[in-house]
Parts: sequence; structure tokens; C-alpha cells
Amino acid sequence: MISKDEILHVAALANLKIDANEVDSFVSQLDKIVGMESKLASVDTTGVEPTYNMGDTNSVFREDKGIHTQTREQMLENVPEVEDNLIKVPTIVDKEDDE
Amino acid sequence: MDIKKETIASLHEKLVNKDITAEQLAAQTLDNIKANEKQLNTFITVNDKAIEDAKKVDAEGINGPLAGIPIGIKDNIVTNGIKTTAASKILYNFMPVYSATVMEKLAAAGAIDAGKTNLDEFAMGSSTETSFYGTSVNPWDFSRVPGGSSGGSAAAVAAGEVVAALGTDTGGSIRQPAAFNGIFGIKPTYGRVSRWGVIAFASSLDQVGVMSKRVEDSATVLSVIAGHDAHDSTSSEKEVPDYRANLSKDMHGVKIAVPKEFWHEGTHPDVLDNVNKALDAYKKMGATVEEVSLPTLKHAVEVYYVLASSEASSNLQRYDGVRYGYRAKDVKNIKDLFVNSRSEGFGDEVKRRIMLGTFALSAGAYDAYFKKAAEVRTIFINEMNDVLKDYDLIMGPSTTTPAFKIGEKVDDPLAMYMNDILTIPANLAGLPAASVPAGLADGLPVGLQIIGKPFAEQSVFNAAYALQEENKFYEQIPTALKGED
Repeated sequence: MISKDEILHVAALANLKIDANEVDSFVSQLDKIVGMESKLASVDTTGVEPTYNMGDTNSVFREDKGIHTQTREQMLENVPEVEDNLIKVPTIVDKEDDE
Repeated sequence: MDIKKETIASLHEKLVNKDITAEQLAAQTLDNIKANEKQLNTFITVNDKAIEDAKKVDAEGINGPLAGIPIGIKDNIVTNGIKTTAASKILYNFMPVYSATVMEKLAAAGAIDAGKTNLDEFAMGSSTETSFYGTSVNPWDFSRVPGGSSGGSAAAVAAGEVVAALGTDTGGSIRQPAAFNGIFGIKPTYGRVSRWGVIAFASSLDQVGVMSKRVEDSATVLSVIAGHDAHDSTSSEKEVPDYRANLSKDMHGVKIAVPKEFWHEGTHPDVLDNVNKALDAYKKMGATVEEVSLPTLKHAVEVYYVLASSEASSNLQRYDGVRYGYRAKDVKNIKDLFVNSRSEGFGDEVKRRIMLGTFALSAGAYDAYFKKAAEVRTIFINEMNDVLKDYDLIMGPSTTTPAFKIGEKVDDPLAMYMNDILTIPANLAGLPAASVPAGLADGLPVGLQIIGKPFAEQSVFNAAYALQEENKFYEQIPTALKGED
């Protein structure tokens, strides 16, 4: 069983906020899915190497040379708030945290 | 001209003979799409620049089989100057400043981007119902889903809006909608096509592929988009064959393996009936069909949902409201900006997957879920490869049922996930796999799945082509569209 506290903890780790009226349905759905995934425990994997990556190439080397991609203007085109060619964001350190 | 009845080759001939210009073809395509949109909702964004692009092709001349051919592009493939949303609110205003490698290759071949097709949000889903822009519908029955996640691409092809479309396939997202819409769709070998500029879902599983009514049209497009790309270190340096030129329907001596676990109890009898008929057809063509076993298949869905969700939770960390996309209003600090932008920008299914993945990767769960799933994946890959040592192809149904009703499974994520059991194997093992129409069950299309050896796309195309030439399914007009002709 996966508890409500665990779900809220996982949501916090993922920078997600779950509305109070939706928590119960998330808990019951995720509990069912994790329950399904738990059946993996029944497979004997002693001595088996995990497969984390695919593809037939292991290491790729290239010359250490800069290449032209986008301009600063292009890079800033999609930024929601720009000031003086910089990305504007709200306070990074809260005043209360300093005190 | 009725595009529904055309192929890439027949359109090419008309363009070369100047029966039609690329500009006229693009204009007619956009008109068709716009006329159908209210009913089908296959496109998120129609490319209004398509006519301009087509004029350039007319000026340069019809050089090559794709010159002037309009193609639908799944909206998780980035397109310079054309809005790309991944069907998510979090990218509702995202205007890429570069194009995916597959788009550069299509453009160099003179193909016209008709627009961006609908999908499940971030390709997470099997029905297009998780799209922020509303569900697409199935042209065979408007009350049913077109499948997913490449449901918009599949329905657009089935409805004759475009002759071919690009899709992406992480756990069946090309093959399942191809089956539901009565069209052909191929997911190539992992590494065959560059993933540069494809919005990442699960990087060890994602692959770009093609959907079309005719096998030969997908063969033409795949030869254009495949190949090594310096921007994607997992893309293969193997030479790309001319799949179209090498098409052959000769099935003599081809060894087909049929895993008995594909005939599992949840599969609809009418689906099995159509698949059995297709297998009989192959026997008559001179192929051998033998039963094999994939004992670990019963854990494939478990492996997939642990790994795909884990990779997704990592890939989707980049959406934070800072550099692009949706930014939450009225926030006090940067942490609130992250949390509120993500919580307001992502839909429920994406949140579920991110949380599942974050859980599987978290301290205390990592070994039992993420690492364990990666180990079981190895066992499963070995089982698939062992079968392919003795056989040329693995075949079975593409889906357990024909297209289901809109709303039927949307509240039951686990039931939705179990749908993927037959398509997941090819992704876990990185193998090329296609769905080709096998027949109808109660008026709804059924797909035969064909899985090949690594980089043996040609064998997959050939087998699909052999069945296509036998049943000529492409002549059928989707039921719900019949009244409109």
C-alpha cells in the first residue's frame, strides 16, 4: 500500500502540488499502479545486468570546437519575462528565510 | 481530386506531369483539413505557411518522391516558427527556434509540413483523451477514440487529410492508433531515426516513425527521415536502404514466430480471428508459422511503466516556467513559480506519470522498482532476441481490442495501461515493429503486428506489403466518413 503521506512527499519531490480534493483519487490510482508494478519482485534477477540505455553506439567523440546555433535574441524569444536581455524571475531567496 | 484515394507515388506523378501544382495541392490539403476539423480534431495547428512553402517547391521543381507532398507532423516534433505544444498547456505558446532533424530532412526532400497533429499530452496515453486541446475522434466511428498517442496523425491519414504523417512510438503510440484507424504504421529500430528535436518522453524507448494508408508510402518517408545525426549520439551510422525500391511481397521461406502469450485471455475473439486469417494467408504465400513462448511478457507492462515513468519524471523536470512555456501568475518566490507553473501546466495523466517515476527513483524504492525493472528488461530483451535467432519475424495482434469508446477508460489509468501489453515488447527491446490492417471486427479495423530483427525494417515492410496486396484494405473508406462522399 502506498500512503497519502508518501504521495504528498513524492509530489513535493517532483515540484507538483495536488489539490486537496484530488489527493484521494491520486492516492487510489497510484496505489493500484504501484501494486501492479510490485509484481516485478517475483522475477528472479540474480546476476542479471540492468538495461538503462539503448542504441548500438557507446561513446561518441567529436572535435572540441564551438558551433553556431541560436542567437541570444532567439534564445529569449520564448521567455515569459525579459528585462535588459536577461530572464526575469521572482525572488530566489525569501526575505523571511534570511531572518 | 480526392486525396483519400491518392498515394505518394500517384501525387508525385500528378506533380511531375503538372496536372496539379504543389501550391494547389497544399491549398486543397489545408481546405480539407479545415473542413474536417470540427468533426475530427486531428490537428492542433494547421501550417498556414504550407502554401508559401509549396510555391518554393514549384519554383525549384519536383525533385524526388516527396517534393510537394503534404505530411502531417505529430505535435511533439519541434518545427521552427510553427507552434509546438506536445498537446500540453505548459507549452501552449511555445514557438521553436529550430527544427527537429526529421523536419530538416523532410524539408530538404521538398515535403510540405501540413500542420501539427493532436496527441495525448506529452505522448502519455492511448486515446488522445489526455490532450489539452480535446480528443480526436475515430473516422470509423465518431463515438470512439482514434487511439494514441499518435491519434491525430492516424485519424488524419485514415480520413485522407494527408497521405502520410509522422508519429512517435514509446510503448505503441504509432502501432495502436494505426490499428484502430485501419492504416499502416511503423516504429523503426531504436536508433534508426534521430530523436533530435523530438520532445522527450522516455529516451530509451522513444522513436519517430511513419503512418500511411499504403505500406509503400511509409517506406518512402522512412528512407528520407532515417540515418545518423551528430545531434543524437544514439542514432545509428548504419546505411539507410531504399525501402520502397526494395519492397517485395515474396514470403517464401520466411519464418514467422507467434508467441502464445500474445493470445492472452483479454484479447477480443474477433481480433484473434482476423489475426489468424492473416497468418493463414502468410502460410499460403509460402511462409512458415510456428508457436513460440515469451514467458516474461506477463511482466512487460510492469517493466514499461516503471522505466517510462522514471525517464519521463527526469525529462519533464525542464518545464519550470522560467525559459519558455506557461508561467504561473502571482507567485511569491522561485519555488512557487516552479510548483505552480508545473501544477497548473501539466494535466492529470502527466502528473501521475511524473509521480510514478519520481517514486520509482526515490531513495528506498530505487532498487525494488527502477533497477529491478531495468534487470527484467534485460531478461525480456534476451527472450525476444532468442526467438529472432531462429525466426525472421514475430507476429501477433497489435491491440487486444478494436477502438474503444471515448470516455470508456479515461478514469481507469490501469485499464488504459494494460492496453499496451502487445506493443510494449518492441520498445523494450528496441526492435522495428509495424501494424498493418488485417480486417474488420464489427465494422472496426484490426491490426496485425509485425516485429523484426534490429535494423530489419525491410523485412517488416515486405511482410506488411504482402498482406496489403492480399487484402487491399486501403480501398475501404472509414465507415463514419461514407455519408459525406
